[in-house]
Amino acid sequence: MKNKLFEKYFVFSPYFWLVLFFFIPLAIIFKISISISEWGMPPYQDIFLFDNGLKINTTFENYVYIFSDFYYIGSFLNSMILALISTIFCLLIGFPLAFYIATSNIRLRNILLVLVVIPFWSSFLLRVYAWKIILQNNGILNVILLNLGITSEPLQLLYNQYAVIMGIVYTYLPLMILPLYGYLNKFDLNLIEASKDLGLNRFKTFFKVILPLSVPGIVAGSLLVFIPVVGEFIIPEMLGGSDRLYYGKILWEEFFVNRNWPGASALAFSGIIILVLPIVIFQILYSRWSQKNEI
Amino acid sequence: MKSSLIKSTVIFLGLFFLYFPILVLIFYSFNENKRVMVWKGFSLRWYNELFTNEQIIESFIISIKIAAFSATFATILGVMIGYSLVRIRKIPFRSFYIFLSSTPLVLPELILGLSMLLFFISLNNVIGFPSSRGQLTIFISHVTFCIAFVAIIIQARLTDFNKNIEEAAMDLGYNYTKVLYKITLPIILPSIIAGWLLAFTISLDDLVVASFTTGPGANTLPIVVFSKVRLGLSPEVNALSAILMFALIIIGLFYFYFNKKFKH
Repeated sequence: MKNKLFEKYFVFSPYFWLVLFFFIPLAIIFKISISISEWGMPPYQDIFLFDNGLKINTTFENYVYIFSDFYYIGSFLNSMILALISTIFCLLIGFPLAFYIATSNIRLRNILLVLVVIPFWSSFLLRVYAWKIILQNNGILNVILLNLGITSEPLQLLYNQYAVIMGIVYTYLPLMILPLYGYLNKFDLNLIEASKDLGLNRFKTFFKVILPLSVPGIVAGSLLVFIPVVGEFIIPEMLGGSDRLYYGKILWEEFFVNRNWPGASALAFSGIIILVLPIVIFQILYSRWSQKNEI
Repeated sequence: MKSSLIKSTVIFLGLFFLYFPILVLIFYSFNENKRVMVWKGFSLRWYNELFTNEQIIESFIISIKIAAFSATFATILGVMIGYSLVRIRKIPFRSFYIFLSSTPLVLPELILGLSMLLFFISLNNVIGFPSSRGQLTIFISHVTFCIAFVAIIIQARLTDFNKNIEEAAMDLGYNYTKVLYKITLPIILPSIIAGWLLAFTISLDDLVVASFTTGPGANTLPIVVFSKVRLGLSPEVNALSAILMFALIIIGLFYFYFNKKFKH
């Protein structure tokens, strides 16, 4: 009898917290996104009006507004492209690293793994700031390029989309390496030997054996990089210029500068539907599928 | 032989890429010159100025306070979730429970921050609390998104260890609570510490959610640093970086120590 009470306490304390401080806030975003905007404080009308009975006062105007204006859709696409390019670079750098770490001997492997993840523990903001120093007009990279005679005058490396990609790849790389390593670490290295013995050359071994076996790691790592990068605000703000607008910046300005709360909420809720919902559904389906296949 | 050369080159270049910016930052923190990029000579001047900068010191104390409180709360609630998901069969609306406890991991911070801010404003309109935003609202937001990180660590640890130990203890006459406190908790203690350290670091490092939910008297360290370096460089921030990087890396090493301890 006693343990029943105990279990309830364990299940429901976090349940209560998350419903109150996570689910309800998401519901409020949705509520405001279908409210009619107006001047005042708060800058939207209530969705329930009580005069001569209950009247529901909602609109999809805010969604129409953001989906018909290229300013919003364009920035969202910019963010998707940015996230895609950054994910590909993380994969290209992260895969060989994860592979060679996973194939090292066990002592070296643990040391290397810690070395790769440790920068991730140091401050995110300061790691982005470090690139600001490196890419300055009189920064280290320009000094090296000048001394090697590759350029005759300092290049403008900062405040453009390439600097943003650089900063993202740098800060998100550990998030790619960890899941990749997790899967590569599991598989049997003898498979590589076996495939060589069976006459497959390096390339065929890679594409027919190593790559297919690491697909789950690639998917996991790519999602961990792709989704947060679409919503990234700080890196474009620090390293980017005015050549590209991104989703995060637009959302920030819609709320803080334009004070259009319904519009900002519609942007945020669209982001949840487009980015997060597919993952959640995928996760639930995947866990059901794997449960079924294990039995 | 050729392949091992490629291997060491790749690993060397990878590590170089990861550590080069950090080393640059530390190197420039010893620059005497106020203009960060022009090297004038070795000096500890900016470390001195850092320790006398009241704004930075004050925000640092606020950040540590919020991080310690939110890590502690998030760890308690996260342990409960991890335990529930692995050991308790009957959870009402289990899928919803999983949704609530894992979505904060993938939700972009910006969306989370906005939803928290609008929630606090709405709450204030309805019940008159919290009348202004500040350390309390940052604390609540940080707990909310740190819970998920603790929960997965605990979940992984509990899935690993053998349930038979708990059952054996029950057969020997321990009751439910006693098993929990004498057997289960001590076994997962290293993971609990690891979870706390992770939550502490995440809270300490957060800029976006804190920017949304902050208010008067609650400028956290990342908010102050961001306002200093958004448009330019700051020699004081360089000095701060070197210290902070060092401290956080040590916390990271502790995390590895605790999270690995009982794995093999």
